Amino acid sequence: MNETFYQEMRRKGYSRRDFLKMCGLLTAVLGLEASFTSRIANALETKPRLPVIYLSLQECTCCAESFIRTAHPLLSELLFNMISLDYMETLQAASGLQAEEAKMKTMQDYKGHYLVVVEGSIPLNDDGIYCTIGGRSAKDILLEAAQNSVAVIAYGSCATNTCVQGAYPNPTGAVPVKNIVAHVPVIDVPGCPPIAEVIAGVIAHYLTFDRLPELTNLGRPKAFYNHRIHDNCNRRAFFDAGMFVENFDDDGAKQGWCLYKVGCKGPTTYNACAITQWNNGVSYPIKSGHPCIGCSEPGFYDNFPMYEHLAHVPITAMPFEPDKIGKWITGLTVAGVAAHGVATGVIKRLDKEPRKDEEAGK
Amino acid sequence: MAVQRIVVDPITRIEGHLRIEADFDNGKIVNAFSSGTTFRGLEKIMEGRDPRDAWAFVQRICGVCTHIHAIASVQAVEDALGITIPKNADLIRKIMTATQFVQDHVIHFYHLHALDWVDVVSALKADPKATSTLAQSISNYPKSSVGYFTDIQNTLKGFVGSGQLGIFANGYWGHPAYKLPPEANLMAVAHYLEALEWQKDIVRIHTIFGGKNPHPNYLVGGMACAINIDNDNTINMERLDLVAREINKAIDFVNQVYIPDLFAIGSFYKDWGFGGGVTNYMSYGSLADDKTRNTKDAVFPGGIILNRDLSKVMDVDPRDPEQIKEVIDHSWYDYTGDKGGRHPWNGETTVKYTGPKPPYQQLDTAGKYSWIKTPQWMGKSMEVGPLARMLVGYARGNDVIKTSVDGALQKLGVGKESLFSALGRTLARGLETKIMVDYLKTTYDALLANIKAGDSKVFEQSKWDPSTWPKTCQGVGFTEAPRGALAHYVKIDNGKVSLYQAVVPTTWNAAPEDQQHQKGPYEAALIGTPMADPQKPLEIIRIIHSFDPCIACAAHIIDVNTGEPLNDNHFFY
Repeated sequence: MNETFYQEMRRKGYSRRDFLKMCGLLTAVLGLEASFTSRIANALETKPRLPVIYLSLQECTCCAESFIRTAHPLLSELLFNMISLDYMETLQAASGLQAEEAKMKTMQDYKGHYLVVVEGSIPLNDDGIYCTIGGRSAKDILLEAAQNSVAVIAYGSCATNTCVQGAYPNPTGAVPVKNIVAHVPVIDVPGCPPIAEVIAGVIAHYLTFDRLPELTNLGRPKAFYNHRIHDNCNRRAFFDAGMFVENFDDDGAKQGWCLYKVGCKGPTTYNACAITQWNNGVSYPIKSGHPCIGCSEPGFYDNFPMYEHLAHVPITAMPFEPDKIGKWITGLTVAGVAAHGVATGVIKRLDKEPRKDEEAGK
Repeated sequence: MAVQRIVVDPITRIEGHLRIEADFDNGKIVNAFSSGTTFRGLEKIMEGRDPRDAWAFVQRICGVCTHIHAIASVQAVEDALGITIPKNADLIRKIMTATQFVQDHVIHFYHLHALDWVDVVSALKADPKATSTLAQSISNYPKSSVGYFTDIQNTLKGFVGSGQLGIFANGYWGHPAYKLPPEANLMAVAHYLEALEWQKDIVRIHTIFGGKNPHPNYLVGGMACAINIDNDNTINMERLDLVAREINKAIDFVNQVYIPDLFAIGSFYKDWGFGGGVTNYMSYGSLADDKTRNTKDAVFPGGIILNRDLSKVMDVDPRDPEQIKEVIDHSWYDYTGDKGGRHPWNGETTVKYTGPKPPYQQLDTAGKYSWIKTPQWMGKSMEVGPLARMLVGYARGNDVIKTSVDGALQKLGVGKESLFSALGRTLARGLETKIMVDYLKTTYDALLANIKAGDSKVFEQSKWDPSTWPKTCQGVGFTEAPRGALAHYVKIDNGKVSLYQAVVPTTWNAAPEDQQHQKGPYEAALIGTPMADPQKPLEIIRIIHSFDPCIACAAHIIDVNTGEPLNDNHFFY
């Protein structure tokens, strides 16, 4: 850990130009102005590579699949230049005992300096028999790894809100990471899975700025979960104009109109899909014609049926001439925030509805 | 020396949590037990849901097989409701299926399987010039210069020299089971990195039609991606051009990198004939309609081969309650009443865990030892996957498959018997990737031709409204996933799911033994394999990886007891 990031890149044959190019890409993924590139370069010139332990618990591996699709930084840049991915079942060469030894070594050698990324929920029922690795329960494994970590990133909807296995009646007693880890910071990065560049961006943020990202009131990085998909949707103008897809593949669908009436959860879902988009900015569900299913929101599976909308979301078209608004704009912004709050309130009230398993005290 | 129990847990470079316990005696494995150690219990969760939502739940069975479970699900519901999807939707789904096969198989070869054959540390000793000569002798891939391989080797040297080996830490480097010369190792490491970069691009085909990957979006009755070539917010020429671009890149990558590497590496290991396993093979058939499914005209024909006899092939019907049954002799489940095998229509998943309380050292393999059930065809364990597809296609006389297999055997200078091995499985996966990438192009051309002819329909509306559905109905969606035969079964009562069951490829392959000690395919494949050092399980993971395990799929996640549908007020309508 003595060598800096930049020194290591140079030793590996990269030029300073390559290094600055990578810094530029990092700046872009973090959503910062170009002027931040030099700060990032400076940070990386003085920082060592970060050991990362990636745990796969009760999950489907969609998060790992998303992780390896990151386009900026590329996974190879992450693996060779930014982090030391010392444990990740999906990719690591060693199995069994040798895999577990690699993890133990990192926990000992880098005590207090490594990051834990968790994919998957933790099933607590029946002594944890529903997910064991090396004969140990998911809970034991998580607690051990988290104990001396810098922070734990709960990566994906399983780790942040238990995803499908936690849907009613949650047969295995799945809980999210934050219910288990209390003594180190937990950063929720939800989505099923999260966008590839998001997890890389969160790690890069920590490496670059030497601090954990600022979080929303739900414990998610503001850089990716600060706005509703609705706020940045490419079909938003049609919502405001009252132009809706009434049925799939109808004339409205062929014009690319708003999907609200076929169940779109964009108005109640906080994620970067409409901004960052998927698979290096190609598209996102709404752009490709399917309503958002709300996969980054807690309990989203119990907020279905998928093709009906949950609650009334008011149209917010402005009946004003923009040129005449002038100083009223501040007031309108406040009104906009209030409308935004109404939408948020809808989903939150739903969350407060007790589910049967909670009523049963599970 | 007494029989020694080897435990490998976790088996890494797979999807999910797999544990292998093997008995080692006199230099080789004499018995083996395969255990899936995760269970998510979605069966109860599916009860009472809207069948049009089912795909989104069961897609989350697995993020690696992210597309194919959703396809099997929408097909099962469409089968139950009697919906025929429009031609464009069918072609788009087939393009997405082929995309998944190509992407998944390439990732498997380089990122999940290659390190069983390729010694990363040995690559440090390679001569970049000789590596370049080797690379140019087997392929016209442009990235093959001395400078290119020198750069890769320098990166690797720095990485290893840093002492932080990351994902390569504690690997089995220097193990005597590695046979490649340093130059082949360096070439393979370079292509490991190239494949990593390429795989993120081909999935953009899913993103165009399904909005994202992993876990794209689907629709009962067709697809949601409206086609309007004269609109800016729909499938238009720009979107289709991006699909074409990715298809062309995929064709190049498979032909210039994957296939040449497969033969180059395979030629050094062709004498390592272990890992054969059970001698029965099954394919449900894929990319065909019901008329052609069990004939040579399907892209991947369906059928059954017994005892490695390629002169006979039998038809398979997943609907037939006599053919497909699941037993639970060694699985942590119980059946009410009759404890024998059950067809998925009568499936039941009642948990009965009898294993040790964690933390534990060893499973009781005389009793129940896995979350995975044991599916059987006519009472026999069957291997499913690329090898099964190639063998069934070969036996059916499918010209494309026959030419592909014969050509490969000739090129390697080996006979058909070599197919019945870990390497045979790995070879079959590569051969079908080549078939799939060509299919991807012809299907894309068919989609364009159909749109050009004036058809833009992607969705069948007539049976979308639940009021048009029968009071009760049932359906099955069966196909081939990258890892093998896949079937989803659904029963619908009063507009809600009352039974849902998926019998998935890795359930077939990773199954525990049955009451008569008939071993599952993983188990059978391990028995008889010599190991250089029982503490270093390289030979075990090499054989297990040749099946491409997917344990989240396998641990019988989705099946529903027929029962009272949930009260509607459980959901927030």
